[in-house]
Amino acid sequence: MGRKLLLDKAHVENIRQYDVYRQNGGYRSVEKALKSMSPDAVTEEVKKSGLRGRGGAGFPTGMKWSFLAKPEGVPRYLVVNADESEPGTFKDRYLMEFIPHLLIEGMIVASFALGSTRSYIYIRGEYAWIVGILEQAIAEARQNGWLGKNILGSGFDCDIYVQRGAGAYICGEETALLESLEGKRGNPRIKPPFPAVKGLWDCPTVVNNVETISAVVPIINEGGDEYAKIGVGRSTGTKLISACGNIKKPGVYEIDMTISVEEFIYSDEYCGGIANGKRLKACIPGGSSVPILPANLLLKTAKGEKRIMNYESLSDGGFATGSMMGSGGFIVLDEDQCVVRHTYTLARFYRHESCGQCSPCREGTGWMEKILWNLESGKGKSSDIDLLWDIQRKIEGNTICPLGDAAAWPVAAAIRHFRDEFEWHVTNAAESQTRNFGLAHYANELPVAPASV
Amino acid sequence: MSEPSKLFKVTIDNITVEVEPGTTILMAARKIGGDVAPPTMCFYSKLKGSGGKCRTCLVEVSAGSTADPRPMPKLVASCRTNVMDGMIVKNITSERVLDARAGVVEFLLLNHPLDCPICDQAGECHLQDLGYEHGKAGTRYEFKRRTFEKEDIGPYIQLHMTRCILCYRCTYVADQLTNNRVHGVLERGDHAEISTYISKSIDSEFSGNMIDVCPVGALTDKTFRFKNRVWFTKPVDAHRDCPTCCGKVTLWQRGDDVLRVTARKDEWGEVQSYDGKPGWICNTCRFDKKHTADWVIEGPTKIDRHSVISQGHYVGLQQPKETVQAVMGGRAPKLLMDIHSVSDVNSVDISALPGPATSKTFDKKNQ
Ligand SMILES: Cc1cc2nc3c(=O)[nH]c(=O)nc-3n(C[C@H](O)[C@H](O)[C@H](O)COP(=O)(O)O)c2cc1C
Ligand code: SF4
Ligand code: SF4
Ligand code: FES
Repeated sequence: MGRKLLLDKAHVENIRQYDVYRQNGGYRSVEKALKSMSPDAVTEEVKKSGLRGRGGAGFPTGMKWSFLAKPEGVPRYLVVNADESEPGTFKDRYLMEFIPHLLIEGMIVASFALGSTRSYIYIRGEYAWIVGILEQAIAEARQNGWLGKNILGSGFDCDIYVQRGAGAYICGEETALLESLEGKRGNPRIKPPFPAVKGLWDCPTVVNNVETISAVVPIINEGGDEYAKIGVGRSTGTKLISACGNIKKPGVYEIDMTISVEEFIYSDEYCGGIANGKRLKACIPGGSSVPILPANLLLKTAKGEKRIMNYESLSDGGFATGSMMGSGGFIVLDEDQCVVRHTYTLARFYRHESCGQCSPCREGTGWMEKILWNLESGKGKSSDIDLLWDIQRKIEGNTICPLGDAAAWPVAAAIRHFRDEFEWHVTNAAESQTRNFGLAHYANELPVAPASV
Repeated sequence: MSEPSKLFKVTIDNITVEVEPGTTILMAARKIGGDVAPPTMCFYSKLKGSGGKCRTCLVEVSAGSTADPRPMPKLVASCRTNVMDGMIVKNITSERVLDARAGVVEFLLLNHPLDCPICDQAGECHLQDLGYEHGKAGTRYEFKRRTFEKEDIGPYIQLHMTRCILCYRCTYVADQLTNNRVHGVLERGDHAEISTYISKSIDSEFSGNMIDVCPVGALTDKTFRFKNRVWFTKPVDAHRDCPTCCGKVTLWQRGDDVLRVTARKDEWGEVQSYDGKPGWICNTCRFDKKHTADWVIEGPTKIDRHSVISQGHYVGLQQPKETVQAVMGGRAPKLLMDIHSVSDVNSVDISALPGPATSKTFDKKNQ
């Protein structure tokens, strides 16, 4: 069983309450950082830990912090991204709901490192009940001297504010989030300038995911080098995975990034295998935006190696035969699922969530949804499949923010790996309305090209 | 005084120019001019913060700078990307750019109603130009185009939301020229729309400039509505002593009637600047001064010779020699109705007129 750094105390009774949290070793990292470390030393520890952003892009956190501009006399901000709206992703909710003080503790340390005296949590509007939980934790932390003026006599002042979003996925994109936090329409900004130079109210800002900031606590407690020993390669530490779909045990799991995808799906410690005795057909390993993989490419890479649950292995083979770690939203599809219908559902989501600023995403997402609906409902033509491919190709890379890519990738991957199933929907239109294509050959062992030496 | 700032060298489509640091690729390309300047549908050099949205101005950066000559992996919006010293840019010399741009044109036209025959913007519409120059013939879109509920935004400006390309220019005008913006973008994605919040009327003294910046027929002049096709009108430059604005305008005349007043446009279709200041005009000049006597006429407006507007004069036009019969090998076309017998237009030889045709030309009494 792997080590747990974030959730090990999450199920201690009443851990939501300050006293219990403190008795279980809470706020030690704040003491350590504020009393014995300089802000730069904290950033240095985070760099050493190899921690990568848990919001989806996997950017090294320590490096992000060191890019923060520090002009004299200008405030700097830490903003925590708790918008978590990617379909299939619900790990931040779990963390905030069960052990809210961990996030607050991490934020105080991160704020100290960055010099942010007012830090924000931007939380998705639908997480209404968690706002109360966080505000309670913030109030308790303030009462006990962990927030406010001159924390622990260090001269460092810090306060944390919670802001609720109003129900838009796009407000999870960091610059749209900042716009929304400023009280404006949540349109992504055109970059550059990046938030590290001009973020919230035009001041230097770091935006980090809830899990990223929470991971700062064990990093400071145990040291960056210790943290980096867990995991493998550039996938250090532990990662929260929210698993859902046709598995026996959906839920949030903390893994160290050395276990295989196969173990994660089939072992009783994690997903417990496919539900109802069905067989695995496909999986989206990192939240709805990342490419879907058929069972055969999911469990083994194209080189024939075991696929591991980490950044490098999940993306092995690029988009041609791999996928991405993304936000850790692990969606499993069994043999009864229809990939066409599934792709349509995702396309509908992205059409609905596009902010509408740039033409390829605004118009292209709606167009893809309509074509996919035709295919799904037995009215498709075989030229529609090529058309879809061409549309996604013209969106990808040509938009303001990555939502355009996120809308294009699932469609591209579905066609790339499941073209047979799309074609079957066209050639057997009537039958496709009464039964699914099924598992077909998607779990078959793939021929492995001999290694070219 | 201070030492002269070092200029940046940038090469666009194999032509090199020197520009001030901080110049965008687009403005550098405009300095070269011609086809090298990428088309723009949302950027407007006189509106702060505009650009980046429509993606028609995408270009390929094949070398970032002399210091870091790596290419940029993605195409970039030239209107919002600054040049670096030694940068190499490909616009019309890049297949990738042409392909992506054709895609953007297709996206922009996807839900466009194509109601040019009844649109007052026709003839001076940037989307028509864009489609003509950078688009492909035909559409692959087989679905119903989106529609919106009609909204009245006041006595001066007509909003046709179906034609809007969401360039956001009008919102920047309202933000930067008027003291109170009462309209904006509601909803999101492909159902986003320009609207006032709860049907307010837009009536600020400078609101009319939204018409001039709108690249399409989404915002048009209500006082000019259906009055005439722009290519039948004669543009002349004129001015008046206006207490509110620069008073420098273009009058769009037919005979002696002033059918429309607009700000003067430069070669990029933007409002002209005078001494570095954009020549926005006030609503009084635009909507209330519709008599030649209100104005001091300066002379004919210079119109790009490729523009359909310059074709409106029909001066010295050669009538085609071939008749339909000649082309069809002697056979007469099979017509349900001979349009020549009922159309007034064909009763007058427009090419023989010295100026633009007016309603008087078609007056039967004159013939
Ligand atoms: C459309 C879109 C939605 C996003 N939603 C989230 C989100 O809900 N939570 C999140 O942490 N990051 C989200 N991101 C990623 C953020 O833009 C940003 O990269 C992240 O918050 C950085 O934090 P990290 O470095 O800790 O991962 C989203 C990005 C895009 C393009
Ligand atoms: S890619 Fe989509 S969501 Fe992102 S800015 Fe463009 S329209 Fe908005
Ligand atoms: S109404 Fe015109 S100016 Fe305003 S956003 Fe639409 S196209 Fe642009
Ligand atoms: S003109 Fe540059 S993106 Fe619209």
